[in-house]
Amino acid sequence: MTDALIDEAVFTELADAMGAEFAAELVDTFLSEAPGMFAELRAAFVGRDADNYRRAAHSIKSNADVFGARALADQARAMEMSELPENDTAIATLDAIYADTSAALKARLHD
Amino acid sequence: MTESQAHLLIVDDNKVNRLLMSRSVEMLGHRASLAENGRVAMQMLQTGRYDVLLLDIEMPEMDGFEVLEALKADPTLRDLPVIVTSSVEGLDNIVRCIELGAEDYIPKPVNKTLLNARLNSSLEKKRLYDEQKKLLQRFATDEVAKDLNEQGFTIGGRRMTATVLFCDIRDFTALSEDMSPEATIELLNTFYTLMFDAVTGHGGIVSLMVGDGLMALFGAPQALENSAQSAASAAQEMRDMMGVLNQERDAMGESMIKVGFGIATGEVVAGYAGTDARATYTCIGKTVNLAARLEAHTKVAGHTILCDLQTQRALVDGEGSAPLSPVQFKGFSEALDVFAL
Repeated sequence: MTDALIDEAVFTELADAMGAEFAAELVDTFLSEAPGMFAELRAAFVGRDADNYRRAAHSIKSNADVFGARALADQARAMEMSELPENDTAIATLDAIYADTSAALKARLHD
Repeated sequence: MTESQAHLLIVDDNKVNRLLMSRSVEMLGHRASLAENGRVAMQMLQTGRYDVLLLDIEMPEMDGFEVLEALKADPTLRDLPVIVTSSVEGLDNIVRCIELGAEDYIPKPVNKTLLNARLNSSLEKKRLYDEQKKLLQRFATDEVAKDLNEQGFTIGGRRMTATVLFCDIRDFTALSEDMSPEATIELLNTFYTLMFDAVTGHGGIVSLMVGDGLMALFGAPQALENSAQSAASAAQEMRDMMGVLNQERDAMGESMIKVGFGIATGEVVAGYAGTDARATYTCIGKTVNLAARLEAHTKVAGHTILCDLQTQRALVDGEGSAPLSPVQFKGFSEALDVFAL
């Protein structure tokens, strides 16, 4: 499960280049910031604000890329590049991927 | 490490990105300040000094494109190197950054080795810019340096109204024959120091120094309220200072130095003339010729400062000048009024 969600090479490179302790701090920061980014995404969808929707998806993609969270980054990128959708299917998919991704990242912190 | 330490401003709305970037920058031996959007960054740039800007594109309030536009429009910030760090989608967005003046583009997540290479290259460019600016201040007057900074350098001129002042030392060649080379240069240096102070003190620029003479411009490149009056005041100040210098020389048994001034006001074509490799700010036109002729005429007329009608009319104390008989100057179709100050 973990392997499919997190690109091992990217995460290892991050820890090697920046230090394991800092990488852990960065994961912590992402996990505490992510709920806010998801809230912004949903608020933009409800408020029909295409700019903010794109920007929120962009931020999630950008952070997912830092940790090699491929599935999360791919879904967020697809949302960033698409029009503001009529229904919240894409958001629900992103939520689900994030739930798994965050679990995988937390597991990594306790390795 | 501290010697090459640079101060960077990281602009990013995302906390994870800010943390990662600042940590990378600090690990490379530099100092980082943080701004969470473009508006905050522009405020920080007004008060703080930074060597390089690391700029995100997608940001609320003021995005990266708007920051690049604002920097471009500000002469004091235009030369600040900007490295765009973004995961923005689409090649056209990256092209837009470069077109708006960004130095470089690094995709996110930022690779530390790549960042180091790009940073060093940008810092080197910044160092060269700063050096250029210093050189410019040394070899050009403040006004020309300011004009170059604001308008940029282009060969070509503008028509404008200005006052031209010529001055040189009478019979300098004969004078210098009895002097050692060192004494000659020292005398010239004293002369130039006095002349430069008087010219710049009245808002003019020395555009040409040739042997024992110089040409100064008033009202170009920067406009003056009354360029004729400024030039006349500068000439009078120079004449007074030469009087003081001559008293000193007389006391030491040295020969007196005679100086002549010619002032003319009118339309000139002013701008940078030369080649792209070597150019000078100068002006040409009938007004310049007239000032040179007036200066040469001081020998004949027996007055130290001569000016033309247009200069005389603009003087605050125009009546204080003495009208001389009109002169037919070489290159001019009719006889012109001449005034002694």
